[in-house]
Amino acid sequence: MKTFVGIDLGSTTTKAVLLDEQEQVLGRGITNSRSNYKTACSVATEEAKIDARFTLFRREFGGEGTLSSSVEEFLSALERSFRLEQFLEQLADLEETCTRLVRGERFEKTGEGVKSALAEVFKRLRAEAPAMFAPGAERKSDFFRDIAGSRYLAVAEEVGRDADISYDVLLNLYDKSIIAVENRPPSGSLNEKFNKALGRVSQDGDGFGDELGKRAENALGIELEESFLVGTGYGRVTLPFSKEHIRSEILCHGLGAHMMYPETRTVLDIGGQDTKGIQVDPNGIVENFQMNDRCAAGCGRYLGYIADEMNMGLHELGPLAMKSAKPARINSTCTVFAGAELRDRLALGEKREDILAGLHRAIILRAVSILSRSGGVADQMTFTGGVAKNEAAVRELKKLIAENYGEVTINIDPDSIYTGALGAAEFARRAAEGRLEGVEA
Amino acid sequence: MKPSVVKAQPADVLKDASMLKQKEMMAAHYERLTSAPQAGEKVASTFVPGNLNELIMCFDLVNNLPEVNAIQSGLRKQSGQYIMEAERAGHSEDVCTYVKSDIGMMLKGNIGPNGKELPRPDVLLLSYTGCFTFLKWFELLREQYKCPTIFLQTPYMADGKVTPNMIQYMVKQLKEDVIPTLEEVSGVKFDIDRLREYLKKSAEAEDDLVHILQSGKNKPSPIDAYFGGIYYIGPIFGAFRGTDDAIDYYRFLREEVDERMLKGLGPVTPDGPMGEEKYRLVVEGPPNYTSFRQFWKMFYDEGATVVASSYTKVGGTYDYGFRHDPDRPLESLAEYCLGVYTNRNLPMRIDMLSDYINEYEADGLLINSIKSCNSFSAGQLLIMREVEKRTGKPAAFIETDLVDPRYFSAANVKNRLESYFQMIDQKRGSKGAAA
Repeated sequence: MKTFVGIDLGSTTTKAVLLDEQEQVLGRGITNSRSNYKTACSVATEEAKIDARFTLFRREFGGEGTLSSSVEEFLSALERSFRLEQFLEQLADLEETCTRLVRGERFEKTGEGVKSALAEVFKRLRAEAPAMFAPGAERKSDFFRDIAGSRYLAVAEEVGRDADISYDVLLNLYDKSIIAVENRPPSGSLNEKFNKALGRVSQDGDGFGDELGKRAENALGIELEESFLVGTGYGRVTLPFSKEHIRSEILCHGLGAHMMYPETRTVLDIGGQDTKGIQVDPNGIVENFQMNDRCAAGCGRYLGYIADEMNMGLHELGPLAMKSAKPARINSTCTVFAGAELRDRLALGEKREDILAGLHRAIILRAVSILSRSGGVADQMTFTGGVAKNEAAVRELKKLIAENYGEVTINIDPDSIYTGALGAAEFARRAAEGRLEGVEA
Repeated sequence: MKPSVVKAQPADVLKDASMLKQKEMMAAHYERLTSAPQAGEKVASTFVPGNLNELIMCFDLVNNLPEVNAIQSGLRKQSGQYIMEAERAGHSEDVCTYVKSDIGMMLKGNIGPNGKELPRPDVLLLSYTGCFTFLKWFELLREQYKCPTIFLQTPYMADGKVTPNMIQYMVKQLKEDVIPTLEEVSGVKFDIDRLREYLKKSAEAEDDLVHILQSGKNKPSPIDAYFGGIYYIGPIFGAFRGTDDAIDYYRFLREEVDERMLKGLGPVTPDGPMGEEKYRLVVEGPPNYTSFRQFWKMFYDEGATVVASSYTKVGGTYDYGFRHDPDRPLESLAEYCLGVYTNRNLPMRIDMLSDYINEYEADGLLINSIKSCNSFSAGQLLIMREVEKRTGKPAAFIETDLVDPRYFSAANVKNRLESYFQMIDQKRGSKGAAA
């Protein structure tokens, strides 16, 4: 079947969306942008294809709504099994890369010991992998770097201690290798991995009949043909795309938000390094926009920096800020100043949640100023970008919009991070139809 | 898809013959300026908007323009260090960067573009035209040079019109203050017939300038009225208005432009002749000078030509009919100062930009908002909204600075420009689809 790919190369993450000819989302994929946009792009696309496979499985099983519980269980077993396959494949790559690095003068005396320590580390990682992908298991991240990294470090410390090999040596091998592994485009056929996963599911004998497996194989037979691709986002210019394959992220966000919520007239996007206020017409065509200029104050990175300063995970900031009953008054949106202010206030004994709530308010204040310069807020407004996932930011936004613009519907899609990629995919679909909007015709 | 435009790949920057001619004129002027003390000539420093070049010439004074010096420093990549020097001397980060570039240049020995020291002014002549910072700038220079300062107060066109009272008020200042002080400084007696003679020459060159600027109405436009426009306004906004040199230059330029027009050619860019004209823009606000070529390239690489701009009116709104008039010498100097773009109120600016979009059949309005110039930037977003509303054409807003290299973020500007060009395409596409 024909598919249309939209890719949004952001400063933090790269997102891909696969659309079908009916403008329906088949799949979504996301990965960290790393230093290699090209790989990020192919990883995100592959992830979107994997997701698309599951959509096709669902369609095969009778629709995209809720399916019978046995089918749901089968599909989630299949997904876990597929993820495990993928993890094991990358783990093998990591092991090979680490082992290859054990050579030269440095390892003249210790080489063999280090190699066998590595073998032991990876043996243990492989052994514990199925449990990580077992039903109900929680993973902090879906990115290989994060999952493999935290376990490697823990296991290597143990193994190193027992084998009397310095932890630093093992750490260093990992650091060098993970970059190489991460920057290698995904290899191997997806269908092969799916077949392996199917095999594993039936082998595990969780009581799924052969019928389910057969129908899944049918769905695997549908070829996903990449008919047209459009890229957007900061990394777009570094890609070997020709001009008709590139659209501005402002146009893509406008169109993507329109597709999610057709009544959208104002879009606020807070991404890693920019904040955009966009006004769109009833067809999703951009009428006006404003974005932060030379300074990235008040963007997503601001929260990332604060999280680092507080030694917390990015996703933990919002929930903690929500606990505040008395937000601190912080006006500066300068990231560096905010760090100083944070330490200062902590030293004065102010509560962490109050300071955090104040910092969330500060970034939203800045976003609202950009919105107002773009032409204000019209009903309905759609909030997109990574920061839209942060409940404390959303709370402040709702408050400020109500104070300044009255009653306005604010849409936040759970998949809002894919808005730009969705718009890009729709541009791809239209381009394939011969409608080259956003490109001189 | 049309094939991408194939451009000539010159070894060096391409320049029109007129640009080379202008370069010679500017070089000669800077030579005269830097050798003024040896030649026994006296120097008047003044500003571009509302400059009284013809009057200055009546007293054999050499015209020195600190704004133009700052622009030269920006183009020659010197302004960054000058600005830092001025900041070290206590000038805040938010101050007009022309001022800081000028002050910094002074602190670093006041070396002009020809590598020679610029002279101390003998008089500071300020015809205040809408920019409040000009006052403060000359206050600083007066402190430094301890020379006489003349302040010709130009009433702001707050109500959108010039009244007889305003003209009388200015003529009175010219007679009672400006002219007597200039006589005193220069030791030359004022001769009104000499002034008439210069004004006649001004008007002649002004006719040609208007013809050149209005050539942007053609499709394709043979000129870029913003980036190219900066060159075109150079002589007449500076020290050459009222001279034979200016008459020659504009006649020459007019022929050059007419020839391109006849051949159906677009503007000449630093990378060679412009390719296909895809977007016709009206631009409001001054350009960025520190990354001038890079900035321009972002336009011509995309096939965008600026067909009209407000910046080319800061030294006179000749296309609206004003000419220096030998029969009403002092009155026409007053009218000149009153009419310059910076002295026009917001509704007048909106009218002008909307007219340009309609008359030049432009695709829309682009505002280049200058970080350190409040006098230009105040009200620009309102201008943008109103022009959009009146013309129905899309507008966009970018932010850079005059001569502070720290305020030019190429990736950001490019991102916005590309978005804007695609927005124009999308609008065209949707109109085509609706039709």
